Amino acid sequence: MPWDSPLVAKLKRQFGSGLEALTYLGQNCLQVDRSLIPNILQLLRDEEQFDYCVDITAVHYPNRERQFDMVWILYSFLKNERVRVRTQIADGASIPSAVPLWPAANWLEREVFDMFGIQFEGHPDMKRILLPDGWKGHPLRKEYGIIQQDQEWVQINLGIESGQ
Amino acid sequence: MKDPTISASRLDLDESQKTFLDANELILNMGPQHPATHGVLRVILRLDGEKVMGLECVIGYLHRGVEKIAENRTYAMFNPYVDRMDYVSAVSNGLGYCEAVEKLLNVEAPARARYIRTILTELNRLASHQLWLGTHALDIGAMTPLFYTFRDREEILKIFEKYCGARLTTHAFRIGGCLYETYDGFDKDVRKFLKFVAPKIDEYEELLTTNRIWVERTKNVGTISAKDCMAYGVTGPVLRASGVKWDLRKAQPYAAYSEFDFEIPTGQNGDTYDRYLVRMAEMRQSLRIIQQAVDGIPEGPIMAKISKVLKPPVGEIYHSIEAPKGELGYFIVSDGSTQPYRVRVRPPSFVNLQALELMCKGQLVADVIAVIGTLDIVLGEVDR
Repeated sequence: MPWDSPLVAKLKRQFGSGLEALTYLGQNCLQVDRSLIPNILQLLRDEEQFDYCVDITAVHYPNRERQFDMVWILYSFLKNERVRVRTQIADGASIPSAVPLWPAANWLEREVFDMFGIQFEGHPDMKRILLPDGWKGHPLRKEYGIIQQDQEWVQINLGIESGQ
Repeated sequence: MKDPTISASRLDLDESQKTFLDANELILNMGPQHPATHGVLRVILRLDGEKVMGLECVIGYLHRGVEKIAENRTYAMFNPYVDRMDYVSAVSNGLGYCEAVEKLLNVEAPARARYIRTILTELNRLASHQLWLGTHALDIGAMTPLFYTFRDREEILKIFEKYCGARLTTHAFRIGGCLYETYDGFDKDVRKFLKFVAPKIDEYEELLTTNRIWVERTKNVGTISAKDCMAYGVTGPVLRASGVKWDLRKAQPYAAYSEFDFEIPTGQNGDTYDRYLVRMAEMRQSLRIIQQAVDGIPEGPIMAKISKVLKPPVGEIYHSIEAPKGELGYFIVSDGSTQPYRVRVRPPSFVNLQALELMCKGQLVADVIAVIGTLDIVLGEVDR
């Protein structure tokens, strides 16, 4: 369902066609072109008071040409309003880091990198967070099996044949 | 006294070697097996004498991949897994997940179920805060509160056990409402508990609030400003202790919270002591909510009409609740099948822990223990 509000009108005026505003079950979502992401996030924080970055995550669609959906969930204390910003990126493509905007993005982006292998440009410390540094593979990708693991890492570091 | 030979030889070293020999800087590893880290958290501290110059958290020791598991289970099958994230407030986890899926299915739990949920969730908040208080005080060196709080927490766990058979990982709620009707004497038990625990909270306060050692160890320790809290995404009692009157139970009410009268306690200084006071006040507010809920619990069904096989329509939802530790959110993407396409958990502990470095910089090593305690993290939730 399309979403209409003064905010959307303003964004459309400024950014034109690279943006689609949707609402579903009372929740608002902006589907945005990858190239507009830095400007949109900056504008939402500086001019629309979305001062709290709730979550950053991704969704993997292996059959699509641009395989990943990046999702930012933002909240404004002043307006008591939440908005989701979503963009599609290809496998191997990078995305600008939101750490300069919200320091909270630091660990959230590291987790996205850990789980999906999406690189963030300008992130101060882009490395794995939950899995060990030497681990191979990114487990939340759809092709990664539910019982799959990095056997080599397990054998070398834990000294056991298999973790299963 | 300085040894002249050492200072002379130091002049010959290049910059990279200097840090290893310079007695002023010390790298100290804390954890992952350390009683004060409340689980398996490893903190690498960079010290100048006793002063913390910087630190890095190493997490992931309890990573079980619940988000991956979710993609391979049906919606109902995943429900018990969420209890294992924040295992000291399993009821809150379950509430958030059930409500998120209900939103996705576009159903609402019946009024009676929402009241039961509210009562149990608030009881769980109390239990979580009691566990926090006991262990936090123990870390700082006060052993007595631990026995007091665990004694009283036991009464809550007994109610849980009688209600659903489990004490910690309760799996109390189902998608669409509750599976179990309250047992005979449930409201009597809850009322009795309320009467029992109110003076006990005063007792905890008597032990600590004006205790000189406690005050010295917590006042102006781990201070964080409201602005920093927002920037770092810190929520829950930590945010409120910094003076922000924000609670999801009020801001975006869920369950039956909109029907109750309660206050949001806040602090001013954003230090460890204020966070302590905020949580103590929160316990009392929880009692108020439970009292109103028990008094006003309506009759009626406890389960909404939903099909046996859950197939939410294609779409996505983000739903969050005020867990005892902060904003606990679930972002669920449905592809129209019986299994979620993606479940993302936004854990409060994980995000709050990020502010540890900011809060510890310039403080003493002993204060790091106090700050880890006051953040009230559960590593099961940090690592998921």
